[in-house]
Amino acid sequence: MTQQMTETKPSHSEMPYVRIDHVTKRFGSFEAVNQVSLDIEKGEIFCLLGGSGCGKTTLLRMLAGFEEPTEGAIYIDGVDVTSVPPYERPVNMMFQSYALFPHMTVAQNVAFGLRQDGVSKSDALLKVREMLAMVQLEGYESRKPHQLSGGQRQRVALARALVKRPKLLLLDEPLGALDKKLRERTQFELVNLQEKLGVTFVIVTHDQEEAMTLASRLGVMQSGKILQVGSPTDIYEFPNSRYVADFIGSVNLFDGQLTVDEPDHCLIHCEALGLEVHIDHGVSSAPDALVTVALRPEKIRLSREQPAQVENCVQGWVTGVAYLGDSTRFLIQLDNGTQVQVTRPNIDRHDEHLAADERVWAFWEGNSPVVVAR
Amino acid sequence: MRTGQSRFVRFMLVAGFAFLYLPIISMIIYSFNASRLVTVWDAAHSPTLAWYVELFSNDEILEAAQLSFRVAAISATGAVMLATLAAFALVRYRRFRARALFGLLVTAPMVLPEVITGLSLLLLFVALTQWIGWPAGRGATTITIAHVTFCLAYAVVVIQARLATVDRSLEEAAMDLGARPWKVFWVITLPLILPAIASAWMLSFILSWDDIVITSFVSGPGSTTLPQLVFSKVRLGVSPDINALATLLVGVVSVCVAIAGTVMMRTERRRARDAQIAMGAH
Repeated sequence: MTQQMTETKPSHSEMPYVRIDHVTKRFGSFEAVNQVSLDIEKGEIFCLLGGSGCGKTTLLRMLAGFEEPTEGAIYIDGVDVTSVPPYERPVNMMFQSYALFPHMTVAQNVAFGLRQDGVSKSDALLKVREMLAMVQLEGYESRKPHQLSGGQRQRVALARALVKRPKLLLLDEPLGALDKKLRERTQFELVNLQEKLGVTFVIVTHDQEEAMTLASRLGVMQSGKILQVGSPTDIYEFPNSRYVADFIGSVNLFDGQLTVDEPDHCLIHCEALGLEVHIDHGVSSAPDALVTVALRPEKIRLSREQPAQVENCVQGWVTGVAYLGDSTRFLIQLDNGTQVQVTRPNIDRHDEHLAADERVWAFWEGNSPVVVAR
Repeated sequence: MRTGQSRFVRFMLVAGFAFLYLPIISMIIYSFNASRLVTVWDAAHSPTLAWYVELFSNDEILEAAQLSFRVAAISATGAVMLATLAAFALVRYRRFRARALFGLLVTAPMVLPEVITGLSLLLLFVALTQWIGWPAGRGATTITIAHVTFCLAYAVVVIQARLATVDRSLEEAAMDLGARPWKVFWVITLPLILPAIASAWMLSFILSWDDIVITSFVSGPGSTTLPQLVFSKVRLGVSPDINALATLLVGVVSVCVAIAGTVMMRTERRRARDAQIAMGAH
């Protein structure tokens, strides 16, 4: 799964655009990043996703050059940049706080990086104008940061980081400070801009929705390690661990034991569900292995009548109904006390409405659950 | 009894301010008195600028004023430069060993009795002169060094407070955009802490300008600062020109305080506004 996009440019033979090679970062005895290896391709939007303290920001800061890895190496475009200071890296960063210089105008902020490279004032001004036009901030050149709204500041920060056309743009929680509506709009602008400029993006976020919509690939991190790397679909549909399944979206997790494991199907005995979960592919695991069955709420169907299928159905009472507008979330309590979450899209306005305290059947397809190690 | 209460409050306010400022105001008024006797108001010939004229024709006073100004300016500059470095060490290098001790030692002169500071500096200067022959005798140099020592403590507190509020990521952003650390200091950090540096300079200037206790220990013959001159003159009996001189001293200090206050208030207001905008973004 980690090596999905292995088509490399012929110019740098086997070396991917960005390679993080067995990088470890310790602060005293605390291991913030632990033996992380990661390849990022040119033109990708790669998202590092994880809870706070998982090491994603430390990894980003090592890419920027603010922290030096304790062990391991980082290559950008074939060059070892492990010990290169931030001011000599072809990398720019958009900070979570935007970090706009309060004593400079918008134009001075955006021109700052160019001026450090010795670009003449007039050339810099031209590039600044072009960049500000790209982020729809024409005419704001002489404003000070405190005269801008949150969304405008975010775009100035983006313009400042992109105006030097870095090989790699690092974004630390790029949409974290924006409200929901603005965030949705900015997400698409960000992707458009990335496509237009072809700059490789590495985004750090704790917001899974942000990661899913922005990323072409994402890596889920926990306690300094990368648990899984893959496309948003891979991560959502085929999580490789209990943590990933639970972290991305909501999920029902049932512990069980493998009883039958054939190439075309397997059975997992789940005490909590009171049945043998039937899965229509083999898992080639050790016999009697202790596993967890992960089942997304939207993959479970509900019905008042007994469904035609024999496998994978359970009966229970509706104990909770939450109407969310686009969908409705149900809480089903099975006869043995297990709680199961189910979501149903509200397709028809006059659907049969299940109410609390109704007796229902819950059932799912054999290809819906995912088996992960316990 | 609201009106009674408010009348009491108003009385206390007036009384308090009178207690604080009446002596100074009377001194200022009497500096325009024509009479030779300090306590007698000569209504016939007052007000007069005679004492001010006399002041400016008195070489002794002019010389002392010049020395005071020079010492205050140089020691304020020195103190602010050292204080900026110390503040950086205290704010930026949070984890260096004995940081707490360093912070304590830097600011201790604020609470140390001036007599102690003065005496210890005097002993140091005497010892230094014996060992290495510098400073040769006591005078403007020793006064300046002594003033730097105690002004430093106040300047560190002011600059440190401001530096602590400077967002570290601003410096990182500048570095990320290609500025080397030294350049980052000049174009990002320094402009951001400049208001604090300015008010620390003003504060140090006033402290140095006013000081008499420490100065008395470390000054030598031929180097008399203005406060020392006033003090020695008063010991021989209060003459009216002292009123004029003191009025001018108060004037200089008030101007410094007003400038420092305005600078600090303006940056404070700007910061509050920035914070408000940042909070209620969009």
